[in-house]
Amino acid sequence: MEVEQVEIREHLRRFLPFSRLTGDWLDTIARAVEITYFRAGSSILSLGTEISDLHYIRSGAVEITRRDGELYNRLGEGEIFGQLGLMTGIPVRFPVRALEDALIYYIPGDLFRKLFDEFEDFADFVEVEDRTRMRQASTSLSGANELMLTRVSQMINRPAPVINKSATIQAVAAQMAEEEVSSILVIDAPPSKVETRHKARPDRRTIAGIITDSDVISRVVANGLPLDTPAIDVMTPEPITVQDDQFLFNALLIMLRANVHHLPVMRRNQLVGVIDMADIVSHETRNSLFIVRNILQKDDVDSLSRMLPDVEACFVRMVNEDASSHMIGSAMSTIGRSFKQRLLELAEEALGPPPVPYCFLALGSMARDEQFLYTDQDNGIVLDDAFDPDLHDEYFASLSRFVCDGLANVGYRYCSGDIMATNPRWRKPLKDWKERFRRWIGNPRPEALLHSSIFFDLDGVHGQVRLADQLKSEIAEVASSSQSFLGCLAQNAQKRTPPLGFFKNFVLERGGRHANSINLKRRGTAPLVDVIRVHALASASESQNSFNRLEDTIAAGFLTPSMGGDLRDALEFISIIRARHQSFNIENRRKPDNNIDPEILSAFDRRNLKDAFGVLANAQKFLKFRYRPNRGT
Amino acid sequence: MIFSKSTAAPGNLVDIPEWPIRFRELTDTAITPSIREFYAAGVVSGDTPARQVPFVAVDFETTGLNCREHSIVSIGLVPFSLDRIQCHGCRHWLVRPRREIDPGTIPIHHITHSDLESAPDLGGILDELLGCMAGRIAVVHFRSIERRFLDQALKVRLNEGLEFPVVDTMELEARLHRRPTGFFAWLFARHRVSIRLSDSRMRYNLPLYRPHHAPTDALATAELLQAQFAHWYKPDTPIRELWI
Repeated sequence: MEVEQVEIREHLRRFLPFSRLTGDWLDTIARAVEITYFRAGSSILSLGTEISDLHYIRSGAVEITRRDGELYNRLGEGEIFGQLGLMTGIPVRFPVRALEDALIYYIPGDLFRKLFDEFEDFADFVEVEDRTRMRQASTSLSGANELMLTRVSQMINRPAPVINKSATIQAVAAQMAEEEVSSILVIDAPPSKVETRHKARPDRRTIAGIITDSDVISRVVANGLPLDTPAIDVMTPEPITVQDDQFLFNALLIMLRANVHHLPVMRRNQLVGVIDMADIVSHETRNSLFIVRNILQKDDVDSLSRMLPDVEACFVRMVNEDASSHMIGSAMSTIGRSFKQRLLELAEEALGPPPVPYCFLALGSMARDEQFLYTDQDNGIVLDDAFDPDLHDEYFASLSRFVCDGLANVGYRYCSGDIMATNPRWRKPLKDWKERFRRWIGNPRPEALLHSSIFFDLDGVHGQVRLADQLKSEIAEVASSSQSFLGCLAQNAQKRTPPLGFFKNFVLERGGRHANSINLKRRGTAPLVDVIRVHALASASESQNSFNRLEDTIAAGFLTPSMGGDLRDALEFISIIRARHQSFNIENRRKPDNNIDPEILSAFDRRNLKDAFGVLANAQKFLKFRYRPNRGT
Repeated sequence: MIFSKSTAAPGNLVDIPEWPIRFRELTDTAITPSIREFYAAGVVSGDTPARQVPFVAVDFETTGLNCREHSIVSIGLVPFSLDRIQCHGCRHWLVRPRREIDPGTIPIHHITHSDLESAPDLGGILDELLGCMAGRIAVVHFRSIERRFLDQALKVRLNEGLEFPVVDTMELEARLHRRPTGFFAWLFARHRVSIRLSDSRMRYNLPLYRPHHAPTDALATAELLQAQFAHWYKPDTPIRELWI
């Protein structure tokens, strides 16, 4: 009687991608396998060999090297190699030898191809060169929540109601009633024919403002304005908008942040509709939104600090609901901003109104909308140029002290590098900030820039946000034209390299060293963010968020869509693993950190992480030849 | 290494026949057709380098150790060469013993009465078994079992025994670990190295398998021979230095 080897089948069953196969297929493979023993040090695949089987490591370990002898990878029990040669028919390019005594199973090429054709899971797993595996891994992570999956465009089922700015407020109210809408956009366009008013898509420049039903009540009726008051006198000018490819979740965050209930929806520069909070409230996962609302209602630092468990719970819940890292990052950053905003309001209540206009800055991850739990507080203040240190600095010093102490109380550690508004260096008038950025950009030194990259992720949180916006535009404009600055930044962005991958329960480092754990922030997300920042600054993007920066960079032609896509997937995947790890820490009442022990990673995660590290390593190499520090001006 | 491989010879060297000649003699004298075919398939010459030899790893599970009292209950085999073990040729038979199975051995090989009730007598699978072994050199771990039990079982059924060369992986281990005499023997007597199948495999970092399952033990034996070659023998060692 012909039989399959039980030991072979049961071993395959424990490892991906075979663990996904049915018992019949496992029997078929176990019957077809051929086996060879290799003594440690002996060659398994030498350069130029034709590959006719998939290689599976039953026991022991192998080492794959580049032609020049540099270590490429180490693989252990249950891992496979040779699939690339099988798929492409190209003879062995990276030789393989046994690192330890190894028992290798050969799975015949024909059978491999049959599995590859028959099972999508199997094909996904072994596909090496393109990054679809990683991409699928990160999209399949976001499965659950509709609010996080539904894009704004899906909520738009009618064109935005618009009215010319010369119309009277009575005409506005009449049109609202007729169309049964709660808001109307006021447009500044040459009067066009009435019948085209819905068909023409006004672009951004023509949107003068927005009037909502509550504006009619609070601004017109409550103040007893005449019915022929022009719309332009009642509207909220230059309304905040949302792009139609954003998720509903992001739209809600924007609404909460700006305290509005209606957002004009744009497709690039064209108006495509309006989204109303009431429309989407039924989708709402209220958690993080309620936290923001609660924060803004608290009256002292103590009650704010009591919200910490809610914030943690919200983070854990988002991770469990498979939110994307972008969503988690925005939610946590919005919560962080709300803490800052509320603390500043409380400070202003205690100290009186500010003597000169100012803008409180978020720096680093909060500015990028990529904050997770328990990060350092990195902040600063831009003051109006009317600022006179002798007269005004005492006020802002006290304000900063209040806010930074408050932040420390609600879980944001003091910045170890003292990049905080309490430090007089980072509490300066706009002209000084501009001057500082000009110096960094115009006269770049790599060491100095190493500590100041955080300032290139900057966002206004409270006060005169335009001050921060001016800085952003200035940076975007100047940085893109300074090759030596970009070169220095690129050089710094290559400093923190990723590991090669994993081997057994170790992190495999370049040169073959093993480490017990990996800091996913320092070795993964942070260097990715660095790389993306260089490209974004080169393409004069004003975006701060890394995903948005990638889009801008691709649009500007500085990265191909496939390179950009790889970077996005790599960042998403590493970030999500990091988020899951922190969530796990919290659920087990441990302090969340970024250090991952490979032992807890599944084979699936390890492979994807390894791919993501590969993307990062390639992107760093690409920087090296794209931006040279000593070229040009 | 302190062991010299080429001169290492088993103690009972004088008993080893010149197998190709012996097979030709037996082809002429064998009566049973399947046995005659087995001999007619011949055997590689003693000079053949091991890497060119077709092997078949064979394992029997028996009801005890004495071939006159006990019976074969399970046979597993897997064909292989030093290059590759071919699992697609793996075979497994349960055979009904002539005597009642001793309940005490069930925990060892996990084979129960009901498993064996529907199994054929060894005579029923003999043609197939000999077909799988023909032309190949049998590899076993502890030769006293397979060769003696098969010989005895055939004598009982056909009045005709069976002779064939085997490579015994246990004996190869013994050559490495038990050969020295005098001072070394004294030393090894105190630190006697186990040459049981699973202990031998561990020395070569081969994985742990569930023991006493005939096809698994056959596979384990094939892997062990590959490992012994990878560590101690040149692949062009003449087969006559190994078979017995």
